[in-house]
Amino acid sequence: MFARTAWTVFRKDLTVEVRTRETLATTLFFALSAVIVFAVALVRDGRVVADAAAGILWVAIAFAGTLTLGRTFERERYTDTLRALLLAPAPRAAIYVGKLLAVVAVLLLTELMLVPLVALLFDAALLQRPGLLVALLVTGTIGFASVGTLFAAMLVRARSRDVLLPVLLYPITIPVIIAGVRGTAALAQLVPDEPMATFWVMLLAAFDTVFVTLALWTFDPLMTD
Amino acid sequence: MLQRSVPLLLVTTIAAFSVAPFLIHNAPYESTMGLVQKIFYFHAPAGIVMFLSAFVCGISSAIFLFRGRQGADRVAVAAAELTVLLGTIVLATGPLWARKAWGVWWQWDARLTSSLLLWMMFTACLLVRRYGGPGSDKLAAAVAIFGMFNVPFVYVSVNVWRTLHPKTTVVPMLGPGMREPFWFCILAFLSLYVLLLALRVRLAEQQATLDARYLELDDRASA
Repeated sequence: MFARTAWTVFRKDLTVEVRTRETLATTLFFALSAVIVFAVALVRDGRVVADAAAGILWVAIAFAGTLTLGRTFERERYTDTLRALLLAPAPRAAIYVGKLLAVVAVLLLTELMLVPLVALLFDAALLQRPGLLVALLVTGTIGFASVGTLFAAMLVRARSRDVLLPVLLYPITIPVIIAGVRGTAALAQLVPDEPMATFWVMLLAAFDTVFVTLALWTFDPLMTD
Repeated sequence: MLQRSVPLLLVTTIAAFSVAPFLIHNAPYESTMGLVQKIFYFHAPAGIVMFLSAFVCGISSAIFLFRGRQGADRVAVAAAELTVLLGTIVLATGPLWARKAWGVWWQWDARLTSSLLLWMMFTACLLVRRYGGPGSDKLAAAVAIFGMFNVPFVYVSVNVWRTLHPKTTVVPMLGPGMREPFWFCILAFLSLYVLLLALRVRLAEQQATLDARYLELDDRASA
C-alpha cells in the first residue's frame, strides 16, 4: 500500500513533467544563468579560482533545487488537487515519498546536464572518479530534497512562501552544501582524494537517513489542519 | 512553578550580574592575550546557554507538534527568541575578541560558522512565525526540530572544513583564578535565561488569554 501510493504519486509527477518539461527546462536554464553569474565573479585573467568549479556546481544545484521544490507543490495548489491528494485513503507519508522521488529524479536529470557543462566551462576534472561523484550527487540531492520537499509542502498554505522556502531551507541544508562542495573539490584535485570524498559521502548518507526519517515522522502532523 | 520563581530569579540574576564584573576584574590576566581575553567570561557562557536554548526550543517544538500542547508552543517561541538573542551576544562579542587576537573581525572558522548557522536557523524560525500567516506555529515547530537535529551535522561538516577557534578543551585547563569567575558567569547566564524564558512565556500566555477574551466579546456582541 505504502509503496504503491508513493509510486503512483511519483509516476503522476513524472508524467506531468515529461509532458510539459516545464520544471526541467526552466530549472536547467536557471542553473545555466547562475553559472554565468559565478563565472563573472570567479574568473580572473581567463582562469577560474581554485576549487571554484565544485562550488559553482553545488550552488547551481541548490538554486535549481529551490526552483524545482517550489514548483512541485505550487502545481498542486494551482490545480486545487492538494486537498484531494491529502484526503486520499492512503498513508500521508507515502505522498511525501512519492513527491521526494519525483524531485530527486528531476534534479538528477538536471545535474546530468549540469556536471559536464561545469566541467567543460571551467576546465575542471570532475569526472576522474565517476563512481564517487555519482555517490556524492545522489546522496547530496536526496539530502537537499528531503528537507526541501517537507518545507515546500508545509509552506503551500503559508503567506510569502516563495521567499520563505530558501530562507528556511538554506541554513538547514548547509551541511549538504559543505559536504557536496568539499567532496567534489577533493575529487577534482590533480590527485583525487578518495578517502576525503568517501567521508563526505558517508556524512551525506547519515544526513539523508536522519532527515528522511524526521520528515516521514513530521509530515502527517504538519499537513493536518 | 516557572512563574512563581520569577521574583527569586530576578533577585538572583541582578545580584549575579552585579558581582560578575568584580570577579572578572579580579581574575588574573591571561599570559598572551591580556585584557581582551576577559570578554571570554561573557562570550563562552552566552554560547553555552545558546546551545541549551536551541535544544529547549527543539524539544518543546516536538511536544507541541505531536501532542498539540499550546504551553509547549509558548516555551518554543520564548526559547527561539532567546536563542537568537544569545546568538547575537555571541556573534557580537566574538568579533570584538577576534579583532585583537587574530587581527580580523571574522574568520570562516568552524565554531564561528556553526554558531552563525545556529543563529540563522532560529532566526528563520522567527521569520516564519512573523511572516508565515495562519498555521505558521506548526511550520516554526518543524524548523526548530530540524534545526535541533541539524546541530551535529553542522558541527561535523564545518569542523572538517575549517578549524581555528580555541578548542573547548581550554575550559578544564583554565588557570586557578580564572575557573571560578567562568563558572560563576555560566550560572549567571543560566539564571538570566530561565528568568527571561519565564517572563516571555507569561507574556505569551497573557496574549492568548487576551485573544480569547476578545473572541468571547465578539461572540456576545454578535449574539
